[in-house]
Amino acid sequence: MTVIERREIALVDLLDRLLAGGVVITGDITLRVADVDLVRVDLNALISSVNERVPAPWGELT
Amino acid sequence: MTGLRYVYAICRPFRSALQAQLTGVAGEPPKQLTHHGLVAVVSTVPEGIFAEEPLRAHLEDLDWLTETARAHQGVIDALTAVTTPLPLRLATVFRDDSGVRTMIEAREAHFRAALDRLEGRVEWGVKVYVETGSPDTDAEVGIEPAPARQPVSGRDYLRQRRSRVRAHEDLWQRVERFASRLHGTLSSYAEDSRLHAPQNSALSGAAGRNVLNAAYLVPRADSEEFVELVDREKDDAPGMRVELTGPWATYSFTGDFTADFTGDFTGEKP
Repeated sequence: MTVIERREIALVDLLDRLLAGGVVITGDITLRVADVDLVRVDLNALISSVNERVPAPWGELT
Repeated sequence: MTGLRYVYAICRPFRSALQAQLTGVAGEPPKQLTHHGLVAVVSTVPEGIFAEEPLRAHLEDLDWLTETARAHQGVIDALTAVTTPLPLRLATVFRDDSGVRTMIEAREAHFRAALDRLEGRVEWGVKVYVETGSPDTDAEVGIEPAPARQPVSGRDYLRQRRSRVRAHEDLWQRVERFASRLHGTLSSYAEDSRLHAPQNSALSGAAGRNVLNAAYLVPRADSEEFVELVDREKDDAPGMRVELTGPWATYSFTGDFTADFTGDFTGEKP
C-alpha cells in the first residue's frame, strides 16, 4: 500500500467540502445548492455523491 | 456600483492583511465587513450571474463551478494563513452589506460558538481506495487470472470460479477490516470526524474504488503527529491505497452549530 499526499487539490475533494460542508445560511437570496435541479448527468452524479450519505460497505462506523 | 455580496467566511477580527493580489470569485478582491465584533469576508459579484435564477443555471455548468470553487477556496486558504475562518457553503450571496449585517446579527451566537470550537483546528482528509481489476493487483491479492485455456471439465470450471470468488471475498473482508481500523484509530486521535460519501471514480479520475472518504478535525499543532499516524497505519495491505489531503479549513465541521445544517447529511429538507 502507498500513502499519497496530493499537492494539487482535486475538484471532487473541494466539492465534498464546498457543497456538503461549510455553514449553510438560508434567507436573503441565497439558494440551497442541494435544491438546484441538476440537469447535466456528470454534475448530477457529483452533487448526489456529495450529498447522499452512502452507507460504507462495512456498515456504520460513526 | 450594483452588485451582490458573496460571503466566504466569518472570522474573528484579525490583524494581518490579506495578500494584496488576492481575488475572489468574479475576480474581485475580498474585503472585510465588520459587524458586532465579527468579520464577514465578502466580495462584490455581478447580479447577472449570482442572482438566484442565473446562479441556479451557472451551478450546472461544471467549468463555471470549478472556477468558482477554486476562487472560493483561494480566499479561504488566504484566510487560513492569518486566522481560523468559519467557511460558508459555496455561493452564499446577499443583496447588499445590510443583508450581510442582518445575517450576522441573526446568527451571532452560532458563529461565536463555532469559532470558539474551531479555533486553531484544521481538517485532514483521508481516503482509502481498493485497486481491483488490474491483473497486477489481482495477482498481488491472490486472485488467479482467468485460465488461458478452457477448463477441461465442469468440475474444473467450478473450482476455478469458486477460487476467484473466494479471493474477492477475502479482499473485501481485508478492505473492511483495514478501513474500519484506520477510521477507528484516526477518529480516536482526532477531535471529531465526518464520513463523506465515497467518491465516484468517473468524476475523481482516481484509480480504484473509493471505500473510505473521511475528514478529521485536528488541532493545527497536532497536525504533524496526525500525518505521521496516517503514515504509520499503512501496514502491509496489498491492493489498497491511502490518500491524505489537507490541511483544509474546517469545512466539514461547521455543521454542529447551525440548526439548519443537520438536514443536509440526512437528505431531509428542513
